[in-house]
Amino acid sequence: MINVGIAGFGQSHFVTKRTDVTFPELVKEGVNLTLADAGIGIEDVDAVVYPLAPDSLIGVNNGERWVIDALGTTGKPLLRVNNGGATGMSAVLAAWTHIASGMFDVILVAGADRVSESGSAQSVLNKMWDVGYERTVPLNTITMLALSAQRYMSKYNSTELDMARVAVKNRTHAALNPYAHLREPITIDEVMASRTLAWPIKLGEACPASTGAAGVVLVSERYAKAHGLNPAWIRGIGQNTETFWMGNRVGPSAFADHADADALAAAFQIDYAQSGVTDPTTQIDVAEMYAPFSSVELQVIEAAGFAAKGQAPAALADGKFALGSDGVIVNPSGGTLCTNPIAVTGTIRVGEAANQVRGRSGAHQVPNARAAVVSAIGGDHQFYSTMVLSTDLEEV
Amino acid sequence: MTDQATEATQADAAPLFYEQKWDLEYRHALGETTSKFLRGLAEHKIWGTRSTDGRVLVPARSFDDQNHERTIGWVEVGLTGTIEMSTVVYEAFKGLPEPPYALAYVLLQGADTALVGYVRDVELSDQAAAIEALKIGTPVRVAFAEHPSGNATDYWFVPVD
Repeated sequence: MINVGIAGFGQSHFVTKRTDVTFPELVKEGVNLTLADAGIGIEDVDAVVYPLAPDSLIGVNNGERWVIDALGTTGKPLLRVNNGGATGMSAVLAAWTHIASGMFDVILVAGADRVSESGSAQSVLNKMWDVGYERTVPLNTITMLALSAQRYMSKYNSTELDMARVAVKNRTHAALNPYAHLREPITIDEVMASRTLAWPIKLGEACPASTGAAGVVLVSERYAKAHGLNPAWIRGIGQNTETFWMGNRVGPSAFADHADADALAAAFQIDYAQSGVTDPTTQIDVAEMYAPFSSVELQVIEAAGFAAKGQAPAALADGKFALGSDGVIVNPSGGTLCTNPIAVTGTIRVGEAANQVRGRSGAHQVPNARAAVVSAIGGDHQFYSTMVLSTDLEEV
Repeated sequence: MTDQATEATQADAAPLFYEQKWDLEYRHALGETTSKFLRGLAEHKIWGTRSTDGRVLVPARSFDDQNHERTIGWVEVGLTGTIEMSTVVYEAFKGLPEPPYALAYVLLQGADTALVGYVRDVELSDQAAAIEALKIGTPVRVAFAEHPSGNATDYWFVPVD
């Protein structure tokens, strides 16, 4: 298999609303930033993989048509990817297969989102569930994770304070990231006092609806060498899928418990085996993991092997995972909790991790970061993607 | 140029908006298995299906998500069970019901998978009390609509007296 690297990462300064550009113009912004960061032109790109979550979030059907020219993809292959919250990372994985297969040398992944243009996002997302059995119950992406959080708390005697600590850490990190959407630090008391959305999830530990663009450029090893590029190298990938039915993730016969992210843990294991990671706590320096609510980050930290099940809260309370602490740093960018432009959230995770192992993260750089792990989650906690990146092609 | 004129010029240059509303209609066929489950609600029955592994899937499904084989028979499960996970929604979401409301996945007696539904007859204004009343392991029973409509709103859960 051909080695593939991330040679560039561009992103907007994320905000709630942008009225100065149309949606394609926003995508064009992401394309320009990404190509400029990679130091290549659109003429160097062989094909484009375009991440876009449900059409109804942007209010345009087959949104990939609208942005053909913004992506510069006339005369080139275009593949749209939609995998819910994992969309932006699934697109990168699809791009990776394009190059790893030997078919292409340079793939652009770029896109945008502006979730706040529709006030109906949770009504759109409610349409994910079974039309006969579940649609009449107002499930949405907040309630589905509230259910999971309640189960985690019950199983591990965890508290709302444990979740609040995740938000405080990530908001502290985001204050150092000029591109993050929520950049104001928040205190434990402020999180705890914020209003309940769906218990136990509170506003202070919920992601914002973000507007902006992002992209990455993937290159083959042969292209990188020929052009003197030093990309972040993709060392392994993992993917896994959990059952459609949340109700099948409880009870004695469940394949995996909705309290945990076991299917994600399996994806990490596949990824680690490819990457030569046998002890993530010592081999991985930094993690950029999709977690739109605090509770999810606890589950993902454990799935990645940075803490035993139920032990992430204690480690976090001990100051772990925060910039400046020993061991792996989790979401130094502030993560999805502080910036969530749905279509490209996973792309940002990959780009941030790539910048970390290339030493290009500025104020939120993890010192001497050499190996990073990335993950994303889509659907109702069921489409899982992971990736390990490193500075060079030596053993991780 | 006066300040007023400057403001007018800026307003003229401000981006415009186009507002739209999607109004889409669907009539989803629910198939034989889901239809039998939904018809059962009018008879105050909750139907599951048995998988070839012996698991009882509730609500009823025609194939098993784990072994991928067709389910092999109908099983009427109990009308009492325990909460496996729950939440109380306090935030209003456009297009969804007015809060507060409570949801739970309930493992009914004889079932191997949990059924989702509203939980009613729980006072939700006191959040701490509501959370306690809906904690995992709490026994509940199924209640049925007096005038069934043929969809999943025909049942919900209530605390066991």
